[in-house]
Amino acid sequence: MNSDSNPVFALALTFATMSLFAVGGANSAIPEMHRVAVDVHHWLTDKQFTDVYAIAQLSPGPNVLIVTLIGYSVAGLPGALVATLAMCVPTAVLALFVSRFLTRSSHARWPGIVQAALVPLSIGLMGASGYILARTSDQTVVAALVTIGAAVLASVTKLNPLWMLVVGGCLGFAGLIG
Amino acid sequence: MSLAGFGGVLVWARRGIVDQHKWMTADEFNETFALCHFLPGPNIVNLTFVFGSRLRGIPGAIAAFSGLVGPPALIMVVMGMLYHRYGEIDALRRVLSGVACAAIGLMLAVVFRMMTPLFKRRDVIALLVMVAVFVAIGILRLPLPAVLLVAIPISIAITYWVKREAA
Repeated sequence: MNSDSNPVFALALTFATMSLFAVGGANSAIPEMHRVAVDVHHWLTDKQFTDVYAIAQLSPGPNVLIVTLIGYSVAGLPGALVATLAMCVPTAVLALFVSRFLTRSSHARWPGIVQAALVPLSIGLMGASGYILARTSDQTVVAALVTIGAAVLASVTKLNPLWMLVVGGCLGFAGLIG
Repeated sequence: MSLAGFGGVLVWARRGIVDQHKWMTADEFNETFALCHFLPGPNIVNLTFVFGSRLRGIPGAIAAFSGLVGPPALIMVVMGMLYHRYGEIDALRRVLSGVACAAIGLMLAVVFRMMTPLFKRRDVIALLVMVAVFVAIGILRLPLPAVLLVAIPISIAITYWVKREAA
């Protein structure tokens, strides 16, 4: 496998596989994206990866579009297109087949069990996402306080999350985060 | 059937599909959503795809998918271009660092919110599974497919066994 010489092919392969393992949505796949993009292929640096995550959060649309940005950084427009399709299409086709075969009540018990079994897995994965991103981002006391503050505010209030991103951005602009 | 106005957020999807256009009943919507939730991958993308295909077959699925993903993906590409060109500017780097810190906090809040019911039920086994996955992926940095191929069967077996004991 000579995936280094053809990054578009590597992108397609990476995200098509990841698509089928992203239990609980795109945020669960962030540790795997980081592992592949930063550690294995050196497509991005740690800092670029957290930047890309920040940009994806600031933009409208489904979370999964972080892969569009990763694809773009690696191989321009073709990269963006291929990464997005590879991440979305395999699992969407799977969903289509399952929804056709799963008639309404006959298997009512199994989806419930599988879903309950996947909950702890997806929480663990999202926790790992937070940990991996925080390792790069939260290297000063103020940065860690912003993260903790946003976590607490989002847990106890119904404030629009966008405000917290804006406040974080302003504190960063003021040079407080480093 | 132009879905270009799709916001990309679940609430909007629901409002458009169920309330405005009556393309699906609320029950159908919930069922489809539950299905797409336990399948892997981006939930909302799966939902859109299944929904589009129910309405108009494969062309419907493709139309719904392009409507959902197309416009925001274009915005992403523009953002990517801007980042590519200006990403080294110091002020922008600082702003993005700040945004990233806050965004991580938001993700942690979701994690806490999802964990709360497990604590309330004192579901020790689920919490152990959760911690094991966290350590394997977050700290040991093992590949995701390998971890899940081990963890999913174990978790399903445990859940099945616990439910049977309870019944």
